[in-house]
Amino acid sequence: MTRRNLALIKALVIVACVVPFAWVAARAFGYGGDLGANPVQMVLHTFGKTGLNLLILTLAITPIRKQTGLNWLVALRRTLGLAAFFYILLHAITYAVLDQGLAWQSLLVDVAMRPYITVGFLALVLMVPLAVTSTNAMQRRLKRRWVQLHRLVYLIGILGAVHFLWLVKIDVSEPLLYMGVLALLLGYRVVDWRRRQQRRLQARQRRESPA
Amino acid sequence: MLIKRPPDIKPSEITPESAFHRRRDILKAALAAGLLPAANAWGQAIGGGFPELVPLAREATRHRAFPEVGNLGDLNTWPHDVERETTSFEDITNYNNYYEFGTGKTDPAKNAHTLRTHPWSVTVEGEADITGTFALEDLMKGHTLEDRLYRFRCVEAWSMVVPWVGFPLGDLLKRFEPTSRANYVQFFTLNDAEQMPGVRYPVLRWPYREGLTIAEAMHPLALLTVGLYGQVLPNQNGAPLRLIVPWKYGFKSIKSIVRIRFMEREPETSWNMANAREYGFYSNVNPDKDHPRWSQATERVLGAGLFSSRIPTRLFNGYADQVASLYTGLDLMRNY
Repeated sequence: MTRRNLALIKALVIVACVVPFAWVAARAFGYGGDLGANPVQMVLHTFGKTGLNLLILTLAITPIRKQTGLNWLVALRRTLGLAAFFYILLHAITYAVLDQGLAWQSLLVDVAMRPYITVGFLALVLMVPLAVTSTNAMQRRLKRRWVQLHRLVYLIGILGAVHFLWLVKIDVSEPLLYMGVLALLLGYRVVDWRRRQQRRLQARQRRESPA
Repeated sequence: MLIKRPPDIKPSEITPESAFHRRRDILKAALAAGLLPAANAWGQAIGGGFPELVPLAREATRHRAFPEVGNLGDLNTWPHDVERETTSFEDITNYNNYYEFGTGKTDPAKNAHTLRTHPWSVTVEGEADITGTFALEDLMKGHTLEDRLYRFRCVEAWSMVVPWVGFPLGDLLKRFEPTSRANYVQFFTLNDAEQMPGVRYPVLRWPYREGLTIAEAMHPLALLTVGLYGQVLPNQNGAPLRLIVPWKYGFKSIKSIVRIRFMEREPETSWNMANAREYGFYSNVNPDKDHPRWSQATERVLGAGLFSSRIPTRLFNGYADQVASLYTGLDLMRNY
């Protein structure tokens, strides 16, 4: 992968990330259709679902890279992660401003008392430090702790899927699909980690026992 | 023309003119598109007393064809104070919960074309002197259709205002001569996987079922509904025959009814069976009684736009003056 091609792919990914927002914005102003009978819900769900999809894509980068050997994919992870953060943020803003009209009292009750909103809010809060430390400089400065900090993304993914599961009225098929994909992606890491542990152990054994 | 008006409705509380004009526009458009029969199908000739109810098994003749689409003719109007703008036909017919056709809000509008609403029959059974299976046209004979503008509040905290067309449920139920043991009425929706792709998935226990106390069912606001905006009900709205109980959450207003059962004990209802903690038998609209997972204090008005704010939800959906007496002595927080 040449540097130029990678830059081109990155640009395409950024454009693709903007598409859902552009779709909502265009329809909000009547271009290419409307947002249906319940536009607030349409915007809320589009942003929320896009955020969750991007989060899952971010989590899928490492397994795909390891399976295919396409190591340059890792260069897209920050873009996807930041896009996920912005969509989740937009989702929360849509909820607080467009849906609840910034009624602080009911917002506080929701965050404190309604489990699906509590876990969703927690996921958003946990994404903030990851977004803030997403720069190269921060990565260099934090070193090992950066890796540890960014493992939070697994927890954020789980919280996001639980938020989805707890808000649906009864048809849980879609949130369960998300949970299944998440379980696969996390399961891959557990298997991969154990495999590496084993390899390390074998290497040490070889070193310790003379041939 | 017979105009029924309950004593507590002020003369000033009339159907908004905009709704009336919009309906006429839709009728005109439908006429132009050749969708409507030139003569009104069965709205006018109806009137006077009720003919004898003859079950299909005894006499299988159909009297008059129930129009599959089209104009319901000159309707008696029952003016009603809704204090809100009527929701557009477009929104009423494209944002539906009808899980037999999919769980997405736009699924019913996409999928319900496979529902065959003609011929249609309803089986009446249980604690009543007259039971059997009756053709829909026979059931409707003698009832005067009324135009009723009702608020409609979904348990999901959205709402609309709909110009339904129908007749009082109680007027029909009385004709079956319920026995003294008929304390409740249960209703069932059609359950046919061939016509309803959604029933292949066990999202709810099929057939969909709902129920009312006999007093609720006899209340003049409870409407057996066959149309909206002056036209035959679109399939996604529960054609050809549905219930509208405007003071209860929308899921109580069962669609595409094929069975009515008079019962001594409280009947099973689908959402209650699915989650009794979240969906009670009564399910009266009540801003003080939250759904365990979300607030019921406010509602989002369909069609009001992206920058509209939620409005406060009213006890019994604003019909407290008419229906609160049904629940005297009942703790509404416990009997939700």
